[in-house]
Amino acid sequence: MSAPTTVADAIVSVEDVHLRFGGVVSLAGVSLTQERGEILSVIGPNGAGKTSLFNCLTGVYHPQMGKIIFRPSPDDEVSIIGRKPHRVNQVGIARTFQTSRLFNALTAFENVKIGVESRQHTGPIGAMLHLPRTVREEKDSDARTVELLDFVGLRRRGDEIASGLPYGDQRRLEIARALGTGPKLLLLDEPAAGTNPSEKLALEQLIRRVNRELGVSVLLIEHDMRLVMSVADRVTVLNFGRVIASGTPGEVQRDPAVVEAYLGRVDTEEPGGEG
Amino acid sequence: MSRISLSSFRRSQNARRLAAWIIGALVLAVMTGPSGTTTTPTAGFTGSLLHPRVLGYLAFGVVMWALSTARVRSRDRVHSATRGVQELREKLLGDNRVRYGAYLILLVAAILVPTALNSFWQEVLVDQIGVFVLLAVGLNVVVGYAGLLDLGYIAFYAIGAYSAAYWTGALPVHPILHLNPFYVIPLAILAAVAAGVILGVPTLRLRGDYLAIVTLGFGEIISIVATNLSSVTGGAQGIIGIPHFSVHLSSFHYQWGLSNLPYYYLLLGFVVIVLVAFRSLENSRVGRALAAIREDEVAAEASGVGVLKYKVMAFAIGASTSGFAGLLFASKISFVAPGDFTVQLSILILVLVTFGGMGSLPGAVLGAAVLQWAPEYLRNHPILGFQQQDLYIYLGALLVVMMIFRPSGIWPSRRRRRELALAEEGVGTADAMSGSSDPAAGPG
Repeated sequence: MSAPTTVADAIVSVEDVHLRFGGVVSLAGVSLTQERGEILSVIGPNGAGKTSLFNCLTGVYHPQMGKIIFRPSPDDEVSIIGRKPHRVNQVGIARTFQTSRLFNALTAFENVKIGVESRQHTGPIGAMLHLPRTVREEKDSDARTVELLDFVGLRRRGDEIASGLPYGDQRRLEIARALGTGPKLLLLDEPAAGTNPSEKLALEQLIRRVNRELGVSVLLIEHDMRLVMSVADRVTVLNFGRVIASGTPGEVQRDPAVVEAYLGRVDTEEPGGEG
Repeated sequence: MSRISLSSFRRSQNARRLAAWIIGALVLAVMTGPSGTTTTPTAGFTGSLLHPRVLGYLAFGVVMWALSTARVRSRDRVHSATRGVQELREKLLGDNRVRYGAYLILLVAAILVPTALNSFWQEVLVDQIGVFVLLAVGLNVVVGYAGLLDLGYIAFYAIGAYSAAYWTGALPVHPILHLNPFYVIPLAILAAVAAGVILGVPTLRLRGDYLAIVTLGFGEIISIVATNLSSVTGGAQGIIGIPHFSVHLSSFHYQWGLSNLPYYYLLLGFVVIVLVAFRSLENSRVGRALAAIREDEVAAEASGVGVLKYKVMAFAIGASTSGFAGLLFASKISFVAPGDFTVQLSILILVLVTFGGMGSLPGAVLGAAVLQWAPEYLRNHPILGFQQQDLYIYLGALLVVMMIFRPSGIWPSRRRRRELALAEEGVGTADAMSGSSDPAAGPG
């Protein structure tokens, strides 16, 4: 099951990644492939290694072994391991966090704009002297920020302080900030954790729209099975740092190993409890 | 019965506040009283506490207690009253016409007022206020915008000052060609930036406290090198004869001499340029990236902001301002000595910025102006006069009081005020010095 499947156009392929913290094995040879344009969900019990995998994919952790190849376009290959988080972001992988990490004292608008601006080039000299390029870039990023706030449905809340927003809005703002960096692949770490049912529904639609309208591939960690089953094209199941199953939501649901490891306990699962 | 009420009184907030004020008043009585000598070591206490003056201080303590009690009682009312003022201020500051009008009035005042001052105050205005405004504004970029604690800030000031001495030919070692201080400006800035980058690249990877220690060490290194490398720097007694600024156009010659007013206007010009530049910086991509780093480093990196690059940038911008101020100061008094570049001075500038309001440009200017002016004004005051060597006691006390009652400074930046308000509600850290530094998430 854990052997890498060959996919015609993989946006990211993880090959045999091992990650240890001292004696604690977090990932024990994880391999998975995500097709361009697909929504892939990674599920698994607490401590299965999902967030570790995300941190490897975004340059926060550096696995001791294995390969992570990202293809921003079909004929462009980038190795992720060893890249710093902001460099990973710059090649086209953006992420959100398990508990949202917004710039709390800044406005919603500024939060998104910081993401948008990370793709621009104005330096301190240009900023101090108001060079033409700076002025042009300011205008562009303002316009793009408004578009993105509109896209996630926060257009009218742009001037509000991020931490003052309702929880569901904060999660969507984080997605907007990630989208601002112009990713090809968006990693969402439990976006539905702590949201109420109606927020969950809005989130489900938002994930689909990110995928369809913006053409961004989505890699989703989620505990909410209903959300995973309805939104994911494929599901990969991790347990004890290994891939134990992979397939369509229906296939995975019927997999005995998965039922034993995870789905059997789904009702008692505490969302957001993963460290 | 009486015992019960006494113990409940002792436990009450009110009683504690009274005790605090009385102890504070007694400390003040000792501080302002005669000081002990080797023959009468306890004179500081006996001479102060057995003096009728003590009654005055006690009365002061009780009055302050009454006032603070009244303030606590009416806290909510005060809050709602000041909120109105706060909102009005926000609204006025938000209006561009009001803002630019205020800037214009301030600028005109800054141009006209000094002409009415005597030469002592003009000198204070240049040597104490002007130069330190520039220093505070520069450190504000490092501490306020980027949240980096730089305790060796004065080292860059020294580098600027010695650059001025070198390029104008005042040092024992001579440059290829002797330059007018105006042409030294880019060179001094470049030297300070280079020093900032060389120091910053390896150390800004470190977190919070380590950076403070490394910069502290760097400041010491620079001052010790300046003292001991006498064949190059002229040693501890310093270097004299750094030329003044001068302009030589075909038929126009002007030299900034020893008089203060021309230097004041030169400095004012530079300060205005720096302020405008930093205001633009604050509201730019770079300023927002720095705010992001201060708020949440991990999230900033995940949003594509290169943390190290921006930290080095802020550090170098601060360094360049400090170096520039050093050049101006050296040329103004035409003298540099290692004794001018002490750790204490780095800390003083930090106090100016903190007092004014970290991350706030008007705060840095105001903090520097008020705290540099007040000691000069009060030193020989008949009642409030104090000894120069006691200055840091009072500054320290002032800072403690500020941190308790108004931690965001006298003119807080909007962002900083929000951060502190959030920290009180338990959201995030207002710890500007270290930023958040935990890894993205635990192993999962």
